[in-house]
Amino acid sequence: MTLELVRGAVAAAALQLAVLTATAFVAPARAEDMSVKIDNFTFNPPRVTVKAGTTVSWTNGDDIPHTVTSSAKLFKSKVLDTDDKYSFTFATPGVYEYFCSLHPHMTGTIVVEAATGSNAGP
Amino acid sequence: MTSDDGRDGAGINRRKVLECMTWAGTGVLWTIAGGVPRSIGIVGEANAQAATPLTFLQISDSHIGFDKPANPNALGTLEEAIGKVRALTVKPAFMIHTGDITHLSKVKEFDDADQVISQARLDVHYVPGEHDIIDDEQKLYRERYGRGSNGAGWYSFDANGVHFIGLVNVANLKAGGLGNLGNEQLEWLENDLKGRSASTPIVVFAHIPLWVVYPEWGWGTEDGARALDTLKRFGSVTVLNGHIHQVMQKVEGNVAFHTARSTAFPQPAPGTAPSPGPMKVDDNRLRSVLGIATITFAPGQQRLAIVDTPLQG
Repeated sequence: MTLELVRGAVAAAALQLAVLTATAFVAPARAEDMSVKIDNFTFNPPRVTVKAGTTVSWTNGDDIPHTVTSSAKLFKSKVLDTDDKYSFTFATPGVYEYFCSLHPHMTGTIVVEAATGSNAGP
Repeated sequence: MTSDDGRDGAGINRRKVLECMTWAGTGVLWTIAGGVPRSIGIVGEANAQAATPLTFLQISDSHIGFDKPANPNALGTLEEAIGKVRALTVKPAFMIHTGDITHLSKVKEFDDADQVISQARLDVHYVPGEHDIIDDEQKLYRERYGRGSNGAGWYSFDANGVHFIGLVNVANLKAGGLGNLGNEQLEWLENDLKGRSASTPIVVFAHIPLWVVYPEWGWGTEDGARALDTLKRFGSVTVLNGHIHQVMQKVEGNVAFHTARSTAFPQPAPGTAPSPGPMKVDDNRLRSVLGIATITFAPGQQRLAIVDTPLQG
């Protein structure tokens, strides 16, 4: 993933967060964002289920850099130093396996379900 | 290697020596005598006057750019290590660096590392660690150190009848796996060894341990056994690695495995912490755990003497 795309994703995540904050108590119009913490060489939680359209953000809490790399090469963060953050919006339902390309024993899964009902995206 | 240990066994055996060396943060001086490499001492006061056709040095995991609490000044401790190298009374033939030169593969980190390491005034043979190939285009390491090498940076060379092989097991890693060499490199290795006499001493060096030290932390090489299989007909094989920031060794048949410590920060022993991340020790202790133990080979006595020499204190 290019830096521009990462920046775009981060900006999109920030925008969504702002929208969510403004509308949280009115009518949730879209899927909530989801956070995954990278800690002690693990993705926490390692398996996350979200609605389509959700932006997932990973933040590295370790003193060692990590990456978030799709096993199917659908997304890849740049290297994340301590406290660096990477976000990706999952638009399409499916099961997305990922790992740290520096420490490949670190693995995680994002399960994306179809957005339905009031949580449907615009 | 084991028969060699016997000769040193008068007072202190090799295992004991390595235990005592655990916290010295500089480099390991290797000597090859009779085709069998053995560690004769930590840089500093090593005395290599014995009949040693070849001596060389290993440093590892300098992590230039690392500035976290475990060691806010990794460049400083590398400088101290190189200072020890320069102070050697007998100049080693060359140095190997078993990877993680930098912390984040930044140009300045490589520049700083080069500036300090070059002060040793020795040829340095590098292999990359995973921290050295994380620039966006993954080209900085290869441009600096990989010229004339194959694939992601593997190569071999000969010195004084010893065949040295630098392998790369940190590139194109697969989800859920460990370090990885890959088919292309394994085929190259087979060809590289083809036609060599089984009596040729072999030294293999790579960043991640070639044997499986602790898979829960990713400390091992997925297809390392295939490389070792290619090497099994040789009478003397020494495998030198880094990555785990601590000394560990084992001997299996004709193969001696050894990991070097880091010049930057220690990591916990397998399973003794929630993760393999940098281990913070007391500030007072950092200098004492980086570059203390000096092991001297006393010619004629056939034994190793250990001198505990902290950098400070």
